[in-house]
Amino acid sequence: MTTVYDDLSDADTGDVPVNRIKFTINGKKKIAEVEPRLLLSHLIRRGLGLTGTHMGCDTTNCGACTVLVDGRAIKSCTMLAVQADGHEITTIEGLASASELHPLQEGFKQEHGLQCGFCTPGMMLAAKQLLDENPDPTEEDIRWAISGNLCRCTGYQNIVKSVLWAADKLRSEG
Amino acid sequence: MYPSRFRYEAPRSLDEAIALLRDGGDDAKVLAGGQSLVPLMKLRFASPELIVDINNVPGLGYHRQDPDGTLHVGALCRHAELERSALLGASQPTMAAAAPLIADPLVRNRGTLVGSLCHADPQGDWASVTLALGGSIVARGPGGLRTIPVADFVTGPFQNVLEPAEVAIEAVIPAAQGTRSGGYLKLERRVGDFATVGVAVALETSGSVVTRAGIALTGVGGSTIAATEAQQALVGQPLSAQTIEEAATLAAAAARPKTDHRGSAEYKRHMVHTFVTRILSRTEPITTEPITTGPIAERAA
Amino acid sequence: MTSQALDEIKIGGLGASRKRVEDNRFIRGTGNYTDDITLPGMLHMEILRSPLAHARIKSIDASKAWEVPGVHLVLTGEMMATRNLAWMPTLSYDTQAVLATDKVRFQGQEVACVIADDPYIAKDACELIDVEYEPLPVIVNPRQALAADAPVIRDDKENQPDNVIYNWEVGDREGTDRAFEQADKISRLRLHYPRSHPSPIECCGSIADFNRSTSKLTVYMTSQAPHIIRAAVAMVAEIPEHMIRIISPDIGGGFGNKVPVYPGYVCSILASILLERPVKWIEDKSGNLISTGFARDVYLDGELALRNDGKILAVRMRTEADHGAFFSDAQPSKFKIGLIHSTFAAYDVPVGHIMARGTYTNKAPGGVAYRCSFRVTEAMFFQERMMHAAAIDLGLDQAEFRRINFVRDDDFPHRTPFGFLTDSGQYGECLDVGLKAVGYEDFLRQKEEAKKNGRLLGLGISTMTEPLGAGNSREYDILGIKMFDSAELRVHMTGKAIVRTGAKTQGQGHETTWAQIVAHELGIPAEDIVVEEGDTDTAPFGMGTYASRSTPVAGAAVAMASRKVRAKARKLAAHLLEVSEEDVDWELGRFYVRSAPDRGVTIQECAMAAYSNMPDGMEPGLESVSYYDPPNLTWPFACYIVTVEVDPQTGVWDVLNMVAVDDCGVRINPMIVEGQIMGGLTEAYAMANMQFQTYDADGNCVGANYMDYLLPTAWETPGFELHSEIMTPCPHHPIGAKGIGECAAVGGPAAFVNAVMDAIGDTGVRNIDMPLLPDRVWEAIKYRRDVSGAPPVRSDD
Repeated sequence: MTTVYDDLSDADTGDVPVNRIKFTINGKKKIAEVEPRLLLSHLIRRGLGLTGTHMGCDTTNCGACTVLVDGRAIKSCTMLAVQADGHEITTIEGLASASELHPLQEGFKQEHGLQCGFCTPGMMLAAKQLLDENPDPTEEDIRWAISGNLCRCTGYQNIVKSVLWAADKLRSEG
Repeated sequence: MYPSRFRYEAPRSLDEAIALLRDGGDDAKVLAGGQSLVPLMKLRFASPELIVDINNVPGLGYHRQDPDGTLHVGALCRHAELERSALLGASQPTMAAAAPLIADPLVRNRGTLVGSLCHADPQGDWASVTLALGGSIVARGPGGLRTIPVADFVTGPFQNVLEPAEVAIEAVIPAAQGTRSGGYLKLERRVGDFATVGVAVALETSGSVVTRAGIALTGVGGSTIAATEAQQALVGQPLSAQTIEEAATLAAAAARPKTDHRGSAEYKRHMVHTFVTRILSRTEPITTEPITTGPIAERAA
Repeated sequence: MTSQALDEIKIGGLGASRKRVEDNRFIRGTGNYTDDITLPGMLHMEILRSPLAHARIKSIDASKAWEVPGVHLVLTGEMMATRNLAWMPTLSYDTQAVLATDKVRFQGQEVACVIADDPYIAKDACELIDVEYEPLPVIVNPRQALAADAPVIRDDKENQPDNVIYNWEVGDREGTDRAFEQADKISRLRLHYPRSHPSPIECCGSIADFNRSTSKLTVYMTSQAPHIIRAAVAMVAEIPEHMIRIISPDIGGGFGNKVPVYPGYVCSILASILLERPVKWIEDKSGNLISTGFARDVYLDGELALRNDGKILAVRMRTEADHGAFFSDAQPSKFKIGLIHSTFAAYDVPVGHIMARGTYTNKAPGGVAYRCSFRVTEAMFFQERMMHAAAIDLGLDQAEFRRINFVRDDDFPHRTPFGFLTDSGQYGECLDVGLKAVGYEDFLRQKEEAKKNGRLLGLGISTMTEPLGAGNSREYDILGIKMFDSAELRVHMTGKAIVRTGAKTQGQGHETTWAQIVAHELGIPAEDIVVEEGDTDTAPFGMGTYASRSTPVAGAAVAMASRKVRAKARKLAAHLLEVSEEDVDWELGRFYVRSAPDRGVTIQECAMAAYSNMPDGMEPGLESVSYYDPPNLTWPFACYIVTVEVDPQTGVWDVLNMVAVDDCGVRINPMIVEGQIMGGLTEAYAMANMQFQTYDADGNCVGANYMDYLLPTAWETPGFELHSEIMTPCPHHPIGAKGIGECAAVGGPAAFVNAVMDAIGDTGVRNIDMPLLPDRVWEAIKYRRDVSGAPPVRSDD
């Protein structure tokens, strides 16, 4: 990301330190030059234009910013972009293949697991880690796995059903 | 929610990390999980000049048990690994009970036990657990290695005894002499909340007699509290309704809670008593099922 | 009807649980929320907020902020004042500071803002703004506000000698007094409905884009009511209405939080005008929680006059509403305290009297928000807590007491003691379904059994009927604008269609449901219909989506617009069939000759004819617009029953069962209706269990971030059992629908509270104010005393 700004002052501004990082996102390899203080969520949203990862809070509580880093669901607002160097990131945009939706995406639609859609990408990715590790989760397992993701619209019951739907589909697809 | 500017280094060895910290002076911070430090920086409650990220230092992600039972938890061992750990489930009941209750699942994927201890949040859960278990921190600095008991590690809220150029590289839980039992109960209003009250109990028994007792309290004082009198009252005794009641009463008396929006001081003391009683009253080691709400909160695994 | 009539469910008409159209983009992460939008040359704005609750501003020095590389503009109240923009009108005929000039009046109030290349830089610069404050005494509740020596918070206003905003009353004072004199028993209860915040996950924000070459201002923003915003901006910014375009893209939850006009919007607009570049302002969660429209914070003092046989003779209510520093609620202008006088509408109470007072305090402005239907949450919470207490006072069964007093099925239309006219309902039947589902008799037995083992079980009932679909133009307006809503429908030549309304969905599924109404009226398959909302340049004027008004009003407009189209299509059909209009009948999707039913034309064929084969003298095209002025409010009804177990040792309570019986008339999309109910029940649970904001004596806000403002996760939130057996259509709504979005949030909280109170009933405790956190429940049990007020203060002082 190149930043250009007006030369409004005579003061010597000094150098803004940037770090060069290499990472993979949704299967694609990228290089970025970022300030160390840039949050991973902002690299994803602004640097890469992948706005499916959402910002909801500022105290690492809501989970709307959840992405997978090396397959683990983490809150991208609490990781520095520079820390992505050498790692693989998966966002919601990387869930579907070119032609098909991921069963989680289908499941959320089938079971009305979303209303405003803002928490949904984070929910799906948290659920994805669960299903990768536990293909046959109980309702309790699911509620536990998404207990770091807040939703205001759905009351969670349909989200649980959506994940169960996806688990079913994934198991039947073998 | 935007941190101030800082310099960032990601060394690939401990020696490099230590050298960077030494040159960075007072205003350098180690970054491991980042689940405590980054939020502080985003709120600008912390604005270090230099961040030394140790995530690329190899060989720190372990947790393992020596043949004699000593447990070692490396600086980059994430809470989630401890939550999943069959090793802990089999031999470390207090730790196994606490691991699922740290923050939430996403934070647990990044945060580390050692980092949590270094962060020295007075309401940290691991601090009570490791205190009750008599654990220590191994730190490495320019002068070499040193081992610091957890009991001596914290000097105040968010302050520990590490020198500026020291890196905590592992936590050590000493081997048990007797049979381990214990647990961790945490009253939180919802998943991810800090403890209103947390109680860590770590016992060792020989036959029916308690040979070692660790009881440490979260959230009921300016720092983690070791309920030493309660501990002493249990050693040499069997667990009975009477000895349990005595320990619970002493533990409650050791608490120094404040009345605030989480509850009155009286309530918190009462909860210490309740939790000590409940943990000690179990005949089997506590499962790892979390207890966040629910009266019949001890759900069987 | 012939066999060629289409299957309504198959084409996605009424009653079809059609999968949602909007999901297609949300599940892919390609939604278009305000913060997702980037415009060329866009700058970023951050707000500097006051750390103090009440203080004079002695000086503001922004010089260092201006010097930060990347900063384009620093706005202060003084600069706004030179453009007459330091203050703005609110939706309640008050004024609100955009940026503070003389004083700050609540912690978190906007003091300055910085516009820079990057939000990180803007934040850096904000930190360098030096504000010198002179602290003033702080007022954190109405009692302090009304004290004789209280400082006047709104000393900016003329004719404001104290901190009272309004006094309002309704009902029959003398008649009520007489009824109380004749009562066998009087039940009393004092309640505090704590301050709560709607807190959708997405925060508020705007991208203001003033284009100098076209003189047009476009604002993308998180607004549930874009047309209201356009009107407000036209008033405030002196840009003519036709040169203002407000676009509400996808919204990540509203719940009433995104109705008011916030200072951030105004600042971003002015900044864009000054800089001639797009300016984006996205607040952070702390800013949202500490400064935007909160909800509730009312003291409810109630009395019921009762006869020994259980009949309620009268109800009295005294209300103190804490509105914060500015009276900025969005509510019908005639009703200063919203529709709180809808209380007891479902019960046959002959007379009542309400007095309400609103006061200023040093807290964030607001009061009416959060799935409340204009304070009906307060009305129904008050009602059902009073009912619970009165049943105990009379020694009557909770369910029977309600049943005795329900308005009976054949008593409609029914005039409530405060002047509302309810028109339909089957209250007793809903109660029956609920009691059966929860296993009422069995549970009461289990409860007694459990006591023997020292276990505390409890059951709580709450019913509600609420005035939705505000509202008819005789009674309802906001800032003088009547509260109708609208729909515009255009059918293309191949029979596909587009419908636009004046509503604005934030998750309620309008893109799916409005098409279902059109499908019902015209037989065009729902998937052939596109729905658009939120762009004031293209959408017909509407007052937006909140207070559950969209199905009752905008939905009705969609139906009426569809009927106008059908009326014209009928003429086209007659022309195509070469018969007169009187000989033509309609069935779903098709007109046919009555005497020769096999002869017919589809609606698609009519559409084509509208472009290619019109009868002489007929204007081409097939479209219509409808502005719908609802004749009355709609009155859905619900019965919520909760069972809990309370752990007396810890005060923690567990929900065993949550049964919801909702009668919301015709359900357009049952799946979506259930989603709304579950969302509302979760918010009810949250309010009862853990959610609150409060202020300490210095005016510091507790609950200004998600560490302190507690929202339940999937782990705590109980499961719900929903029932839809009872369906009483709305007699005046074109499709018989009543609306549902807020019912569960309105009626739910009392069910949880009543259940816990029932579980600890033997202690004699009469009330624990929400939130019923474990320490509060424990204290009540241990000391056998009420717990009043919000944490941390036990009773507000």
